[in-house]
Amino acid sequence: MRRVGIASSGLTKFTKNEIPLESLMVSSIKPIFDNARNLTQKDIDVVLTSTNANEKYLANIVSELSGISPKISHSVESLCNSGTNCIVSAFAYISSGLADVALVVGAERSNSPGLVFGWDKSRGQYKHPIYWSSLFTGAHMRKYGTTMDDLAHVSVKNHHNALDNPYSYFERSYSFEDVMQSKSLTDNIRLLDCSMSCSGAASILLASENIIRKFTEDPVWIKGIGQKSISAGFTKNNDLSSMESTSLASSDAYMMSHSSPSDIDVAELHDAFSICEIMALEDLKLVERGQGSTYVKNLYETNDKKINPRGGLIGTGHPLGATGIAQTIEMYQQLKGTSGKRQVDGAKTALVHNMSAAATSSTVLILQS
Amino acid sequence: MNRFEQELKNNNFICSECLKCKKLVWPPSEYCNKCFGKVIWRPISRNATLLEYSSRNGEYFCIAELEGQIRIMGTIQNVSELQIGENMILEKCDYDGSEKFIFKLKKD
Repeated sequence: MRRVGIASSGLTKFTKNEIPLESLMVSSIKPIFDNARNLTQKDIDVVLTSTNANEKYLANIVSELSGISPKISHSVESLCNSGTNCIVSAFAYISSGLADVALVVGAERSNSPGLVFGWDKSRGQYKHPIYWSSLFTGAHMRKYGTTMDDLAHVSVKNHHNALDNPYSYFERSYSFEDVMQSKSLTDNIRLLDCSMSCSGAASILLASENIIRKFTEDPVWIKGIGQKSISAGFTKNNDLSSMESTSLASSDAYMMSHSSPSDIDVAELHDAFSICEIMALEDLKLVERGQGSTYVKNLYETNDKKINPRGGLIGTGHPLGATGIAQTIEMYQQLKGTSGKRQVDGAKTALVHNMSAAATSSTVLILQS
Repeated sequence: MNRFEQELKNNNFICSECLKCKKLVWPPSEYCNKCFGKVIWRPISRNATLLEYSSRNGEYFCIAELEGQIRIMGTIQNVSELQIGENMILEKCDYDGSEKFIFKLKKD
Protein backbone atom coordinates (compact mmCIF):
# COMPACT_ATOMS: atom_id res chain seq x y z
CA MET A 1 0.00 0.00 0.00
CA ARG A 2 1.47 3.34 -1.06
CA ARG A 3 1.67 6.29 1.32
CA VAL A 4 -0.83 9.09 0.62
CA GLY A 5 -0.26 12.70 1.55
CA ILE A 6 -1.96 16.07 1.39
CA ALA A 7 -0.32 18.49 -1.04
CA SER A 8 -2.65 21.50 -1.17
CA SER A 9 -5.97 22.89 0.05
CA GLY A 10 -8.58 25.56 -0.60
CA LEU A 11 -11.56 27.01 1.25
CA THR A 12 -14.34 29.50 0.69
CA LYS A 13 -15.71 31.66 3.44
CA PHE A 14 -18.74 30.08 5.11
CA THR A 15 -21.82 32.28 4.63
CA LYS A 16 -25.58 32.19 4.34
CA ASN A 17 -25.37 33.21 0.67
CA GLU A 18 -27.27 31.00 -1.77
CA ILE A 19 -24.47 30.50 -4.28
CA PRO A 20 -24.78 27.69 -6.90
CA LEU A 21 -23.05 24.57 -5.66
CA GLU A 22 -20.67 24.27 -8.60
CA SER A 23 -19.63 27.91 -8.16
CA LEU A 24 -18.82 27.28 -4.51
CA MET A 25 -16.80 24.22 -5.48
CA VAL A 26 -14.77 25.95 -8.19
CA SER A 27 -14.04 28.84 -5.79
CA SER A 28 -12.41 26.37 -3.40
CA ILE A 29 -10.51 24.61 -6.21
CA LYS A 30 -8.74 27.75 -7.43
CA PRO A 31 -6.59 28.06 -4.27
CA ILE A 32 -5.54 24.41 -4.72
CA PHE A 33 -3.69 25.47 -7.88
CA ASP A 34 -2.47 28.72 -6.28
CA ASN A 35 -1.02 26.82 -3.31
CA ALA A 36 0.61 23.87 -5.12
CA ARG A 37 3.72 24.30 -7.22
CA ASN A 38 3.84 22.79 -10.73
CA LEU A 39 0.25 21.51 -10.53
CA THR A 40 -1.67 21.42 -13.80
CA GLN A 41 -5.08 20.03 -14.60
CA LYS A 42 -3.42 17.12 -16.43
CA ASP A 43 -1.86 15.91 -13.17
CA ILE A 44 -5.26 15.12 -11.62
CA ASP A 45 -6.44 11.50 -12.08
CA VAL A 46 -9.45 11.57 -9.76
CA VAL A 47 -12.11 14.17 -8.93
CA LEU A 48 -14.50 13.30 -6.10
CA THR A 49 -17.29 15.59 -4.91
CA SER A 50 -18.91 15.55 -1.49
CA THR A 51 -22.36 17.00 -0.93
CA ASN A 52 -25.84 16.22 0.33
CA ALA A 53 -27.40 18.27 -2.46
CA ASN A 54 -29.40 16.31 -5.01
CA GLU A 55 -27.15 17.30 -7.88
CA LYS A 56 -26.50 14.97 -10.80
CA TYR A 57 -23.10 14.33 -12.41
CA LEU A 58 -21.53 16.93 -10.13
CA ALA A 59 -17.95 15.60 -10.22
CA ASN A 60 -18.00 15.80 -14.00
CA ILE A 61 -19.51 19.29 -13.99
CA VAL A 62 -16.85 20.53 -11.59
CA SER A 63 -14.13 18.79 -13.60
CA GLU A 64 -15.27 20.49 -16.78
CA LEU A 65 -15.47 23.90 -15.07
CA SER A 66 -11.92 23.36 -13.78
CA GLY A 67 -10.49 22.10 -17.08
CA ILE A 68 -9.82 18.64 -15.66
CA SER A 69 -10.42 15.37 -17.57
CA PRO A 70 -10.06 12.79 -14.79
CA LYS A 71 -9.88 9.02 -15.10
CA ILE A 72 -12.29 8.62 -12.19
CA SER A 73 -14.97 11.09 -11.10
CA HIS A 74 -18.03 10.66 -8.92
CA SER A 75 -19.85 11.97 -5.88
CA VAL A 76 -19.79 10.61 -2.33
CA GLU A 77 -22.73 11.17 0.01
CA SER A 78 -22.92 10.09 3.64
CA LEU A 79 -24.78 12.98 5.32
CA CYS A 80 -22.51 14.96 7.67
CA ASN A 81 -19.38 12.85 7.20
CA SER A 82 -19.56 12.90 3.40
CA GLY A 83 -16.35 14.94 3.36
CA THR A 84 -14.12 12.48 5.18
CA ASN A 85 -15.81 9.56 3.38
CA CYS A 86 -14.75 11.28 0.17
CA ILE A 87 -11.17 11.62 1.44
CA VAL A 88 -11.13 7.94 2.40
CA SER A 89 -12.28 6.97 -1.11
CA ALA A 90 -9.57 9.13 -2.69
CA PHE A 91 -7.00 7.61 -0.32
CA ALA A 92 -8.04 4.13 -1.46
CA TYR A 93 -7.70 4.99 -5.14
CA ILE A 94 -4.18 6.34 -4.57
CA SER A 95 -2.87 3.80 -2.07
CA SER A 96 -4.02 0.95 -4.32
CA GLY A 97 -2.12 2.36 -7.28
CA LEU A 98 -5.22 3.06 -9.35
CA ALA A 99 -4.41 6.77 -9.31
CA ASP A 100 -1.63 9.17 -8.28
CA VAL A 101 -3.39 12.47 -7.68
CA ALA A 102 -6.93 13.08 -6.41
CA LEU A 103 -8.86 16.31 -5.97
CA VAL A 104 -11.54 16.07 -3.26
CA VAL A 105 -14.14 18.85 -3.30
CA GLY A 106 -16.96 19.30 -0.79
CA ALA A 107 -19.70 21.91 -0.72
CA GLU A 108 -23.13 22.56 0.68
CA ARG A 109 -25.72 25.30 0.70
CA SER A 110 -27.45 26.35 3.89
CA ASN A 111 -30.79 24.89 2.79
CA SER A 112 -29.31 21.42 2.24
CA PRO A 113 -31.69 18.46 1.99
CA GLY A 114 -29.25 16.61 4.28
CA LEU A 115 -30.33 18.56 7.36
CA VAL A 116 -33.16 16.19 8.26
CA PHE A 117 -32.92 12.41 7.78
CA GLY A 118 -36.43 11.28 6.82
CA TRP A 119 -35.80 7.55 6.38
CA ASP A 120 -35.39 6.80 10.07
CA LYS A 121 -38.87 5.56 11.08
CA SER A 122 -37.69 4.91 14.62
CA ARG A 123 -37.35 8.66 15.23
CA GLY A 124 -41.11 9.04 14.75
CA GLN A 125 -42.03 12.72 14.51
CA TYR A 126 -38.72 13.72 16.14
CA LYS A 127 -36.53 13.72 13.04
CA HIS A 128 -34.79 17.06 13.58
CA PRO A 129 -31.25 16.63 15.02
CA ILE A 130 -32.03 18.63 18.18
CA TYR A 131 -34.02 15.65 19.47
CA TRP A 132 -31.28 13.02 19.31
CA SER A 133 -28.78 15.51 20.69
CA SER A 134 -31.14 16.29 23.56
CA LEU A 135 -31.41 12.58 24.42
CA PHE A 136 -27.61 12.19 24.23
CA THR A 137 -27.29 15.20 26.53
CA GLY A 138 -29.81 13.83 29.02
CA ALA A 139 -28.08 10.44 29.12
CA HIS A 140 -24.63 12.00 29.61
CA MET A 141 -25.92 14.30 32.35
CA ARG A 142 -27.55 11.36 34.13
CA LYS A 143 -24.46 9.13 33.95
CA TYR A 144 -21.66 11.64 34.50
CA GLY A 145 -23.28 14.70 36.09
CA THR A 146 -22.68 16.93 33.05
CA THR A 147 -24.27 20.35 33.52
CA MET A 148 -25.61 23.16 31.35
CA ASP A 149 -22.51 25.16 32.40
CA ASP A 150 -20.31 22.37 30.98
CA LEU A 151 -22.13 22.56 27.64
CA ALA A 152 -21.73 26.33 27.56
CA HIS A 153 -17.95 26.03 27.88
CA VAL A 154 -17.83 24.12 24.58
CA SER A 155 -19.76 26.79 22.74
CA VAL A 156 -17.91 29.80 24.21
CA LYS A 157 -14.52 28.17 23.54
CA ASN A 158 -15.30 27.24 19.95
CA HIS A 159 -16.86 30.58 19.07
CA HIS A 160 -13.77 32.24 20.57
CA ASN A 161 -11.42 30.04 18.51
CA ALA A 162 -13.42 30.83 15.34
CA LEU A 163 -12.58 34.53 15.71
CA ASP A 164 -9.10 33.69 14.37
CA ASN A 165 -10.53 31.72 11.44
CA PRO A 166 -11.11 34.03 8.46
CA TYR A 167 -13.36 31.43 6.77
CA SER A 168 -15.76 31.12 9.70
CA TYR A 169 -19.45 31.97 9.39
CA PHE A 170 -19.52 33.52 12.87
CA GLU A 171 -17.49 36.71 13.26
CA ARG A 172 -18.24 37.53 16.90
CA SER A 173 -17.58 36.03 20.29
CA TYR A 174 -20.24 34.88 22.73
CA SER A 175 -19.86 35.15 26.48
CA PHE A 176 -20.72 32.41 28.94
CA GLU A 177 -23.85 34.39 29.84
CA ASP A 178 -24.78 34.75 26.13
CA VAL A 179 -24.77 30.96 25.76
CA MET A 180 -26.53 30.28 29.06
CA GLN A 181 -29.28 32.75 28.13
CA SER A 182 -29.64 31.83 24.47
CA LYS A 183 -32.99 30.48 23.33
CA SER A 184 -33.93 27.09 24.78
CA LEU A 185 -34.77 24.58 22.06
CA THR A 186 -35.29 21.66 24.46
CA ASP A 187 -34.83 21.44 28.21
CA ASN A 188 -31.07 20.82 27.72
CA ILE A 189 -30.24 22.28 24.27
CA ARG A 190 -29.92 26.01 23.65
CA LEU A 191 -29.53 27.76 20.31
CA LEU A 192 -25.83 28.45 20.92
CA ASP A 193 -25.22 24.76 21.70
CA CYS A 194 -26.00 24.00 18.04
CA SER A 195 -23.85 24.18 14.93
CA MET A 196 -25.30 26.37 12.19
CA SER A 197 -26.08 25.15 8.70
CA CYS A 198 -24.43 27.41 6.14
CA SER A 199 -23.03 27.59 2.62
CA GLY A 200 -19.38 26.89 1.93
CA ALA A 201 -16.83 24.75 0.13
CA ALA A 202 -13.53 23.04 0.89
CA SER A 203 -11.05 21.28 -1.40
CA ILE A 204 -8.02 19.16 -0.72
CA LEU A 205 -5.40 17.62 -3.01
CA LEU A 206 -4.11 14.14 -2.21
CA ALA A 207 -1.14 12.53 -3.94
CA SER A 208 0.95 9.37 -3.74
CA GLU A 209 4.39 9.34 -2.18
CA ASN A 210 5.77 8.79 -5.69
CA ILE A 211 4.73 12.20 -6.96
CA ILE A 212 3.70 14.42 -4.03
CA ARG A 213 6.99 16.33 -3.81
CA LYS A 214 6.40 17.68 -7.30
CA PHE A 215 3.64 19.78 -5.70
CA THR A 216 4.92 20.54 -2.19
CA GLU A 217 8.11 20.36 -0.12
CA ASP A 218 6.34 19.47 3.11
CA PRO A 219 3.46 17.04 2.62
CA VAL A 220 1.25 15.94 5.49
CA TRP A 221 0.61 12.19 5.54
CA ILE A 222 -2.66 10.40 6.17
CA LYS A 223 -1.38 7.70 8.49
CA GLY A 224 -4.54 6.26 9.98
CA ILE A 225 -8.15 5.78 8.89
CA GLY A 226 -11.05 4.37 10.85
CA GLN A 227 -14.58 4.35 9.57
CA LYS A 228 -17.53 2.57 11.15
CA SER A 229 -21.28 2.43 10.58
CA ILE A 230 -23.42 1.01 13.38
CA SER A 231 -26.71 1.58 11.57
CA ALA A 232 -28.71 4.26 9.81
CA GLY A 233 -31.36 4.56 12.50
CA PHE A 234 -30.56 6.54 15.66
CA THR A 235 -32.10 4.08 18.08
CA LYS A 236 -29.53 1.34 17.39
CA ASN A 237 -26.87 3.20 19.44
CA ASN A 238 -27.01 1.09 22.61
CA ASP A 239 -25.62 3.52 25.20
CA LEU A 240 -26.86 7.05 24.65
CA SER A 241 -24.05 8.51 26.76
CA SER A 242 -21.43 7.46 24.21
CA MET A 243 -21.00 7.21 20.45
CA GLU A 244 -20.14 3.61 19.62
CA SER A 245 -19.19 4.25 15.99
CA THR A 246 -16.68 6.91 17.06
CA SER A 247 -15.07 4.62 19.58
CA LEU A 248 -14.72 1.78 17.07
CA ALA A 249 -13.50 4.01 14.24
CA SER A 250 -10.85 5.58 16.46
CA SER A 251 -9.50 2.18 17.52
CA ASP A 252 -8.94 1.29 13.85
CA ALA A 253 -7.33 4.65 13.11
CA TYR A 254 -4.95 4.42 16.07
CA MET A 255 -3.99 0.88 15.08
CA MET A 256 -3.39 1.74 11.41
CA SER A 257 -1.24 4.75 12.32
CA HIS A 258 0.66 2.93 15.10
CA SER A 259 -0.28 5.78 17.41
CA SER A 260 -2.22 6.20 20.62
CA PRO A 261 -4.45 8.93 22.07
CA SER A 262 -1.49 10.36 23.99
CA ASP A 263 0.24 11.08 20.66
CA ILE A 264 -2.50 13.46 19.50
CA ASP A 265 -1.28 17.07 19.61
CA VAL A 266 -4.31 18.74 18.03
CA ALA A 267 -7.77 17.60 16.93
CA GLU A 268 -10.88 18.71 15.11
CA LEU A 269 -13.95 17.05 16.64
CA HIS A 270 -17.47 16.93 15.23
CA ASP A 271 -19.23 19.26 17.66
CA ALA A 272 -22.59 19.28 15.88
CA PHE A 273 -23.92 20.09 19.37
CA SER A 274 -22.01 20.97 22.55
CA ILE A 275 -22.52 17.50 24.03
CA CYS A 276 -20.87 15.91 20.96
CA GLU A 277 -17.47 17.46 21.74
CA ILE A 278 -17.59 16.18 25.32
CA MET A 279 -18.66 12.70 24.21
CA ALA A 280 -16.14 12.58 21.35
CA LEU A 281 -13.25 13.40 23.71
CA GLU A 282 -14.25 10.35 25.75
CA ASP A 283 -15.01 8.03 22.82
CA LEU A 284 -11.73 8.91 21.10
CA LYS A 285 -10.01 8.04 24.40
CA LEU A 286 -8.42 11.49 24.59
CA VAL A 287 -9.77 11.61 28.17
CA GLU A 288 -11.23 9.07 30.59
CA ARG A 289 -14.98 8.44 30.48
CA GLY A 290 -16.80 11.15 32.40
CA GLN A 291 -13.85 13.57 32.19
CA GLY A 292 -14.83 15.33 28.94
CA SER A 293 -16.53 18.27 30.64
CA THR A 294 -13.64 18.94 33.03
CA TYR A 295 -11.19 18.76 30.14
CA VAL A 296 -13.19 21.27 28.05
CA LYS A 297 -13.50 23.63 31.02
CA ASN A 298 -9.73 23.60 31.36
CA LEU A 299 -9.26 24.34 27.64
CA TYR A 300 -11.73 27.21 28.00
CA GLU A 301 -10.06 28.69 31.08
CA THR A 302 -6.52 28.42 29.72
CA ASN A 303 -7.31 29.45 26.12
CA ASP A 304 -5.81 26.14 24.98
CA LYS A 305 -6.56 25.56 21.29
CA LYS A 306 -5.76 21.84 21.17
CA ILE A 307 -9.38 20.87 20.48
CA ASN A 308 -11.19 22.54 17.58
CA PRO A 309 -8.72 25.37 16.95
CA ARG A 310 -10.61 26.57 13.84
CA GLY A 311 -13.78 26.80 15.97
CA GLY A 312 -15.26 23.39 15.27
CA LEU A 313 -18.69 23.17 13.70
CA ILE A 314 -20.25 25.37 16.39
CA GLY A 315 -17.88 28.28 15.79
CA THR A 316 -17.20 27.89 12.07
CA GLY A 317 -20.57 26.76 10.73
CA HIS A 318 -21.57 23.43 9.24
CA PRO A 319 -21.88 23.20 5.45
CA LEU A 320 -22.46 19.44 5.58
CA GLY A 321 -20.57 18.17 2.52
CA ALA A 322 -17.66 20.55 3.13
CA THR A 323 -17.27 20.05 6.87
CA GLY A 324 -15.09 16.92 6.97
CA ILE A 325 -12.77 18.38 4.35
CA ALA A 326 -12.56 21.75 6.15
CA GLN A 327 -11.73 19.91 9.40
CA THR A 328 -8.97 18.00 7.59
CA ILE A 329 -7.60 21.22 6.07
CA GLU A 330 -7.31 22.74 9.54
CA MET A 331 -5.28 19.76 10.75
CA TYR A 332 -3.14 19.89 7.56
CA GLN A 333 -2.37 23.56 8.24
CA GLN A 334 -1.66 22.88 11.92
CA LEU A 335 0.90 20.21 10.98
CA LYS A 336 2.49 22.52 8.42
CA GLY A 337 2.67 25.27 11.06
CA THR A 338 0.66 27.71 8.94
CA SER A 339 -2.39 28.21 11.18
CA GLY A 340 -1.37 31.69 12.32
CA LYS A 341 -3.12 32.74 15.54
CA ARG A 342 -4.79 29.32 15.73
CA GLN A 343 -1.47 27.45 15.69
CA VAL A 344 -0.85 24.79 18.32
CA ASP A 345 2.91 24.93 18.76
CA GLY A 346 4.90 21.89 17.76
CA ALA A 347 1.95 19.83 16.51
CA LYS A 348 3.22 16.62 14.87
CA THR A 349 0.18 14.33 15.01
CA ALA A 350 -3.42 15.43 14.40
CA LEU A 351 -6.82 13.78 14.54
CA VAL A 352 -10.01 14.48 12.57
CA HIS A 353 -13.37 13.21 13.85
CA ASN A 354 -16.37 13.54 11.53
CA MET A 355 -19.71 11.77 12.04
CA SER A 356 -23.20 11.44 10.66
CA ALA A 357 -26.81 11.05 11.70
CA ALA A 358 -26.60 10.93 15.50
CA ALA A 359 -23.21 9.21 15.38
CA THR A 360 -24.63 6.17 13.61
CA SER A 361 -21.44 6.40 11.55
CA SER A 362 -18.07 8.00 12.22
CA THR A 363 -14.82 8.63 10.40
CA VAL A 364 -11.51 9.21 12.17
CA LEU A 365 -8.37 10.30 10.33
CA ILE A 366 -4.90 10.57 11.86
CA LEU A 367 -2.44 12.86 10.11
CA GLN A 368 1.29 13.29 10.66
CA SER A 369 3.82 15.79 9.36
CA MET B 1 -48.92 4.89 1.76
CA ASN B 2 -47.40 1.45 2.37
CA ARG B 3 -48.80 -1.30 4.62
CA PHE B 4 -46.79 -0.19 7.66
CA GLU B 5 -47.90 3.42 7.35
CA GLN B 6 -51.53 2.44 6.71
CA GLU B 7 -51.54 0.27 9.83
CA LEU B 8 -50.00 3.07 11.90
CA LYS B 9 -52.75 5.36 10.67
CA ASN B 10 -55.24 2.77 11.98
CA ASN B 11 -53.45 2.81 15.37
CA ASN B 12 -51.80 -0.57 14.77
CA PHE B 13 -48.05 -0.95 15.31
CA ILE B 14 -46.83 -3.87 13.24
CA CYS B 15 -43.36 -5.03 12.35
CA SER B 16 -41.80 -7.65 10.11
CA GLU B 17 -40.71 -10.90 11.73
CA CYS B 18 -38.48 -13.52 10.12
CA LEU B 19 -40.24 -16.84 9.45
CA LYS B 20 -36.92 -18.67 9.68
CA CYS B 21 -35.06 -17.22 12.71
CA LYS B 22 -37.99 -15.31 14.32
CA LYS B 23 -36.00 -12.06 14.55
CA LEU B 24 -38.04 -8.86 14.60
CA VAL B 25 -36.77 -6.73 11.73
CA TRP B 26 -36.96 -3.07 12.70
CA PRO B 27 -37.42 -0.84 10.79
CA PRO B 28 -39.60 -3.17 8.68
CA SER B 29 -37.96 -4.64 5.61
CA GLU B 30 -38.59 -7.13 2.81
CA TYR B 31 -36.13 -9.66 4.22
CA CYS B 32 -34.62 -10.57 7.57
CA ASN B 33 -31.46 -8.53 8.20
CA LYS B 34 -29.89 -11.45 10.05
CA CYS B 35 -30.50 -14.42 7.73
CA PHE B 36 -32.30 -12.95 4.68
CA GLY B 37 -35.26 -15.21 5.48
CA LYS B 38 -38.79 -14.32 4.41
CA VAL B 39 -40.73 -12.09 6.79
CA ILE B 40 -44.35 -11.71 7.81
CA TRP B 41 -46.12 -8.80 9.47
CA ARG B 42 -47.12 -9.21 13.10
CA PRO B 43 -48.52 -6.89 15.76
CA ILE B 44 -46.09 -5.61 18.38
CA SER B 45 -46.91 -5.62 22.08
CA ARG B 46 -47.89 -2.15 23.29
CA ASN B 47 -45.91 -2.55 26.54
CA ALA B 48 -42.87 -0.28 26.53
CA THR B 49 -39.93 0.65 28.76
CA LEU B 50 -38.67 4.24 29.06
CA LEU B 51 -34.97 4.45 28.10
CA GLU B 52 -34.35 8.21 27.97
CA TYR B 53 -36.40 11.40 27.76
CA SER B 54 -36.26 15.15 27.41
CA SER B 55 -38.80 17.88 26.79
CA ARG B 56 -39.52 20.77 24.45
CA ASN B 57 -41.98 23.53 25.30
CA GLY B 58 -43.31 21.43 28.15
CA GLU B 59 -43.95 18.35 25.97
CA TYR B 60 -41.99 15.22 26.86
CA PHE B 61 -40.36 13.12 24.14
CA CYS B 62 -38.49 9.89 24.70
CA ILE B 63 -36.90 6.71 23.45
CA ALA B 64 -38.82 3.64 24.50
CA GLU B 65 -38.18 -0.06 23.95
CA LEU B 66 -40.83 -2.61 22.97
CA GLU B 67 -40.48 -6.39 23.16
CA GLY B 68 -36.90 -5.85 24.33
CA GLN B 69 -35.79 -5.13 20.77
CA ILE B 70 -37.61 -2.30 19.05
CA ARG B 71 -36.66 1.24 20.02
CA ILE B 72 -38.75 4.19 18.92
CA MET B 73 -39.01 7.88 19.72
CA GLY B 74 -42.37 9.24 20.76
CA THR B 75 -44.33 11.64 22.91
CA ILE B 76 -45.27 10.99 26.55
CA GLN B 77 -48.57 12.55 27.47
CA ASN B 78 -49.98 13.74 30.78
CA VAL B 79 -46.87 13.42 32.95
CA SER B 80 -44.99 15.71 35.30
CA GLU B 81 -42.30 13.31 36.56
CA LEU B 82 -40.52 10.46 34.84
CA GLN B 83 -38.01 7.80 35.79
CA ILE B 84 -35.76 5.82 33.46
CA GLY B 85 -36.93 2.22 33.24
CA GLU B 86 -40.57 3.09 33.90
CA ASN B 87 -43.24 0.94 32.29
CA MET B 88 -45.34 2.63 29.65
CA ILE B 89 -48.05 1.78 27.16
CA LEU B 90 -47.97 2.74 23.50
CA GLU B 91 -51.28 4.54 23.64
CA LYS B 92 -51.56 5.63 20.03
CA CYS B 93 -49.80 5.38 16.67
CA ASP B 94 -50.49 7.52 13.66
CA TYR B 95 -49.04 8.50 10.32
CA ASP B 96 -49.44 11.88 8.63
CA GLY B 97 -46.34 11.86 6.42
CA SER B 98 -44.30 11.16 9.55
CA GLU B 99 -44.63 8.30 12.03
CA LYS B 100 -46.16 9.26 15.38
CA PHE B 101 -45.96 7.28 18.60
CA ILE B 102 -47.69 8.44 21.79
CA PHE B 103 -47.00 6.80 25.15
CA LYS B 104 -48.54 7.07 28.58
CA LEU B 105 -47.27 5.78 31.89
CA LYS B 106 -48.56 2.34 32.85
CA LYS B 107 -50.62 2.35 36.03
CA ASP B 108 -50.19 -0.70 38.23
